[in-house]
Amino acid sequence: MNENFDVIVVGAGPSGNAAAYTLARSGMRVLQIERGEYPGSKNVQGAILYADALERIIPDFREDAPLERHLIEQRVWMLDDTSYVGSAYRSADFSKPPFNRYTIIRAQFDKWFSQKVREAGVLVICETTVTGLLLDGQRVVGVQTDRAGGSIYADAVILADGVNSQLARKAGFRPEIEPREVALAVKEIHFLPEETIQSRFNVTGDEGVVIEMAGKITQGMVGTGFLYTNKESIAIGVGCLLSDFRKQKTSPYALLDRMKAHPAIAPLLAGGEMKEYTAHLIPEGGYHSIPPIYGDGWLMVGDAGMFVNGVHREGSNLAMTTGRLAAETLIALRSERKPFSARNLARYRASLDESFVMRDLRKYKNLPRIVEKNPQFFTAYPELMNKAAHTLISVDGVDKKAKERAIRQRFVAARSRLGLLGDFFKLWRAFE
Amino acid sequence: MHILVCIKQVPDSAQIRVHPVTNTIMRQGVPAIVNPYDLVALEEALRLKDRTSARVTVLTMGPPQAESALRKALSFGADEAILLTDRAFAGADTLATSYALAAAIRKIRDDMPVDLVFTGKQTIDGDTAQVGPGIATRLGMQLLTYVSRIDRVDLERGEITVQRRAEGGVQVLRTRLPAVITVLEGINEMRFATMPDMFRAARYGLTVWDREAAGIGDVTKIGLKGSPTVVSRVFAPTPRAQKAEIIQTQSEQPDDLVATLLAKMFTKHPPLRAAICPRAVQRT
Ligand SMILES: Cc1cc2nc3c(=O)[nH]c(=O)nc-3n(C[C@H](O)[C@H](O)[C@H](O)COP(=O)(O)OP(=O)(O)OC[C@H]3O[C@@H](n4cnc5c(N)ncnc54)[C@H](O)[C@@H]3O)c2cc1C
Repeated sequence: MNENFDVIVVGAGPSGNAAAYTLARSGMRVLQIERGEYPGSKNVQGAILYADALERIIPDFREDAPLERHLIEQRVWMLDDTSYVGSAYRSADFSKPPFNRYTIIRAQFDKWFSQKVREAGVLVICETTVTGLLLDGQRVVGVQTDRAGGSIYADAVILADGVNSQLARKAGFRPEIEPREVALAVKEIHFLPEETIQSRFNVTGDEGVVIEMAGKITQGMVGTGFLYTNKESIAIGVGCLLSDFRKQKTSPYALLDRMKAHPAIAPLLAGGEMKEYTAHLIPEGGYHSIPPIYGDGWLMVGDAGMFVNGVHREGSNLAMTTGRLAAETLIALRSERKPFSARNLARYRASLDESFVMRDLRKYKNLPRIVEKNPQFFTAYPELMNKAAHTLISVDGVDKKAKERAIRQRFVAARSRLGLLGDFFKLWRAFE
Repeated sequence: MHILVCIKQVPDSAQIRVHPVTNTIMRQGVPAIVNPYDLVALEEALRLKDRTSARVTVLTMGPPQAESALRKALSFGADEAILLTDRAFAGADTLATSYALAAAIRKIRDDMPVDLVFTGKQTIDGDTAQVGPGIATRLGMQLLTYVSRIDRVDLERGEITVQRRAEGGVQVLRTRLPAVITVLEGINEMRFATMPDMFRAARYGLTVWDREAAGIGDVTKIGLKGSPTVVSRVFAPTPRAQKAEIIQTQSEQPDDLVATLLAKMFTKHPPLRAAICPRAVQRT
């Protein structure tokens, strides 16, 4: 078969959709191949959508995108076994349109995005797995699929195939992913009536709440938990480094079960019907784990390129931005009649370096290593802080000075004076 | 030979939830699939096509989104696809559905005679198994239900021979064409589409007919108006609290256990009088 395209995009997640849409809008002939039954079918449900990244691709997305709730409140909890200390930020300003962050259900959102991609003129083929890249020497010239008659050619291939990116590994473009570079996250959706969610989370209409969690819920492993409110459901999940799961021999499922039973969390889910259970990897290696992201005839975007900001739980926006920038690079080269060679595609990397994507990842470049080496941030500190709060708040005839002394002693006993100083310094360095 | 396959897009019933409070069916976010039984019918039609170079047209009545069901059918190898869609069709029960489909088939026949109409055994969302028979009745075609095998199609003589699964045995039936066939589940496995067929399906320009295009004048026969069926209540059945029975024997020997089990089964469900296929009786 002689099918020829300007660009083939592998994968129909946020990064692939952003790339395919941008390319087609500028008149490129684009084929997108997705292995799922439909775009979104393979994607973990329930997530936060950051409006800005999408707005730069589809400015009027709010008109018809399936959005669940816009977020007006963010809570951060440090959990001990039966307690948490937390902070929250809530602002009525977040209730004024245009909203900045939304909860979405990925299966629906990805489907909507894919519809836009089709309308832009992309030929979208689902239920088809790309099994390998067609190479002419070092240059990628097309893809091989699992279907009969399945070799297709293009001037460039965009790898938007998600965190595993088997294609890139198979082609030798990137090394194997280390278990400490990825988190294994599990997530469930619990259905509850709209009114219950509104009253439980103190919101009205389509307002929503996010709770970010750390502490005992990860049982000493490096990881975090989260809870988002959708319109008629709650997404709850927890993720830890794959290497830690291995070491601890804990199953993610058991971890999530324990977390759901926490006395501060259980009442939020009570009465709900659990519907979805999904597990997925998240790239957490940060800046240092980013592989080569371009070469002769190919570009890598989204999770495939490890573009996730684990600190702020941003992934889909980095995916969309990298997808868009990759597409814009190809569009610019085409209009200058330049070939899609590695030399020319280096522009993609340059535009990423300029963008918030690389700036943010660079900012936190040491964090993954620091938290991996210092599990106390996920164990000792949440416990100490919970104990401190408990001591301070309990009224029991002990004077406040004595209470403060007791708290201080507990911190020093757990970490030593030097240790505390060191921890403070490490954290400061990681976030500076 | 021209084979028409009627398919329906249905919500994936494995993923439907009943609202915990209101007890209504929650369809939001439930993926739409091609009724699995219809895929068995389609594959059977495609196998006939492979054997006899027939032409296969798929037809569906549904909302505009049902387009994806037709494209899927095209990717498997159907030649043509027609979408029957109109607000006036909404809310149709099996009577109104078969009316609209029969009208569309009459129209298709004008272009090219239809020898066989295939449908699935039933849909997974309605479970009525009435639409196929409804079409046959309206079009005056022969009706073969629960067909498990197509033995022979003889176009010269205008005859078809099939096997039909029935209680107690298998019937071998021969009738004249044109005929409507509802196909039993599980008798084949859908093929894996080729890449060229995937491209063809994605690019195919669907034929879309509204009420008028389908040649339907009488609006009281279609949609909600043409549907005498009323759904009076939807509810989730309460799970049965019945416990499994534990069968024990004195000896605990497997032979005794099996004998006791068989005896129990046959007192509860007496053997069927296999009235249809005499040979089956002799065997039991
Ligand atoms: C539990 C969890 C919670 C998260 N929460 C958030 C959040 O709240 N906010 C946020 O911004 N991010 C979140 N993320 C991260 C976010 O989901 C990802 O960063 C984002 O989905 C990456 O998009 P992508 O397009 O690069 O990859 P994906 O979304 O993984 O898409 C890749 C696609 O490629 C397809 N594919 C793969 N291989 C092939 C192949 N060989 N052939 C054909 N198709 C193929 C897959 O089927 C898939 O559809 C979360 C992730 C997880 C796991």
